[in-house]
Amino acid sequence: MFKSPQWQRRKEGFRRGWYKFSRNPVSVVGLFFVLLVSFLAAFAPYVAPYPEHAGRFVNFREASQPPSLRHLCGTDVFGRDILSRIFFGFRYSLMMGVVVLSLVVPPGVILGLIAGYYRGTWIETLIMRVTDIFLAVPPLILALAVCSVLTPSVFNAMMAISLMWWPWYTRLVYGLASSLKHEFFVQAAEVTGASKFHILFREILPNCVSSIFTKMSLDMGWVILIGSALSFVGLGAQPPTPDLGTMVADGAKYLPDQWWIAVFPALAIMITVLGFNLLGDGFRDLFALEEI
Amino acid sequence: MGILKFLAKRLVFSVFVLLGLSILIFLISRVLPGDPVRMALGPRAPEWAVQQLREQMHLDKPLPVQYYYWLSGALRGDLGQSLFTRRAVIDDIKEFLPATMELALFAGVIMAVFGILFGAIAGRYSNTWIDNVVRIFSYIGVVTPSFVFAILFLLLFGYLLGWFPTAGRLSPWIQRPPVITGMVTVDSLITGNWAALGDALWHMVLPAVALALGGMAQEARITRATISDNLKKDYIASAKGFGVPERLVMLKYLLKPSLIPTVSILGLDFASLLGNAFLVELIFNWPGFSRYGINAMLRKDLNAIAAVVMVLGVVFVTVNILVDLVVAWLDPRIRLGAERGK
Repeated sequence: MFKSPQWQRRKEGFRRGWYKFSRNPVSVVGLFFVLLVSFLAAFAPYVAPYPEHAGRFVNFREASQPPSLRHLCGTDVFGRDILSRIFFGFRYSLMMGVVVLSLVVPPGVILGLIAGYYRGTWIETLIMRVTDIFLAVPPLILALAVCSVLTPSVFNAMMAISLMWWPWYTRLVYGLASSLKHEFFVQAAEVTGASKFHILFREILPNCVSSIFTKMSLDMGWVILIGSALSFVGLGAQPPTPDLGTMVADGAKYLPDQWWIAVFPALAIMITVLGFNLLGDGFRDLFALEEI
Repeated sequence: MGILKFLAKRLVFSVFVLLGLSILIFLISRVLPGDPVRMALGPRAPEWAVQQLREQMHLDKPLPVQYYYWLSGALRGDLGQSLFTRRAVIDDIKEFLPATMELALFAGVIMAVFGILFGAIAGRYSNTWIDNVVRIFSYIGVVTPSFVFAILFLLLFGYLLGWFPTAGRLSPWIQRPPVITGMVTVDSLITGNWAALGDALWHMVLPAVALALGGMAQEARITRATISDNLKKDYIASAKGFGVPERLVMLKYLLKPSLIPTVSILGLDFASLLGNAFLVELIFNWPGFSRYGINAMLRKDLNAIAAVVMVLGVVFVTVNILVDLVVAWLDPRIRLGAERGK
């Protein structure tokens, strides 16, 4: 199987892509951050110095210690090691991004494909006008509103963000699909009697994948930011969940004397978002995309 | 004529978007677990009182009828009663909205002016150390949550250095200007109260900058990209070849067409600015609409939540129409397209 010409061609394409990607040191730094955060999240119970500090744990003898060799990022008011909690916090941030995007991308993309292909018909009008309604309010505000009527939890925060996020993919794919439908290969497929399903998913969709992929990488960062904002105001993850936004909110009460409680989780959010942003920019350059 | 038709089309379209939004937010606020009347009156209220308030709020009718009452009320300016403050929501909005508009506009101006300025400088000197510094700062601006900026500024400039006040809109010793527009800066400008004007601006600096930084970084990135692309175009080379002074080339021939993408996303950035105001107002204890909104959300005050989202929808749609007009002014292709009825 690994000797087949198709496999060889893929390997070659991948190698060229990696070469182009790795020419840009900024993208490689982004990839490094993303891999680092993913590794720490995946193996949090093994790499965290005090894994038992992730949840409900109290040790007042060690409370509010500044950063030291024992606790590299210090401890919070309950005596929990902040570095360990950050590692577990990465889990919630990444889970939020992955769950939201996997809920949002398929319906968003399919609706965009349909609206773009049936441009000029009532189907396009229906889909795109509904999309406009969702885009008429800043996503953070709608997500806050939805979360507020539900019980605050990580799960409901993810549902609320998902409900607000699909229109961005619909709009992106709609733009691509409505220009691709005039390409010769689509017209050729139409003439030869290919099914609509074939045209949408085998002819148009593959040409949208690089844009969708790039947007997903950038959006991982945005979703994590919005998720942290939700938990910051108390409408997302609830204590003692080691969520980075919640940790910043808790730590903000003890500023400026015990600065480490809020500052290190804030830096952790920034590094995660930065990683996905740099990676997304790298993909954008790699695929030579102009607008996303 | 073209621009009027364009404007009329956008207005009609916006009305439909807002109608749709009203249905969406109505559904969100009504189809939820729990009884809003029970929540408002408390668990120990007698059953007849619950029934009475339910009838008074038309909550016993089917959903479309409820929507009709809600919408016709909203169009008359009656957004219902806050379940928590027991005041008409519209009065709360009148009281709190100007403070947020003042802050958001100030932040929006900072965002647009400095974003374009830094972006233009970075684009003009692309791939030099100036460009790299701007780039690094814009990355930091993009990836930092606005609440982190707000907390850092509050700490650093508010508490540690003490350069700026840490909460509120005016210092207590300043005589408040009479409420005309509700925006303290504008009111003090109208009445010529310079002390209040200065004090109000001084109070706004930290929250406005904390709000503006994220969008500013985006604007700078986009302006930089367009400027450095357009610099390579032939018309710039020919203008330079004719001996047109560099400053004139930059300001007259380069900047205007390069602003089109920047201005187009100004609307989106303003939206995220309004969203982030929810967090920043909370941190700076800014007595504004967003803080009112977030408190309504934390207390499940349904009428207030629906009203807050609707008002922000109206603000956002209006801003986007303005942005479209500016883009049409900047970009003759769009203007002419509108004239052709496209």
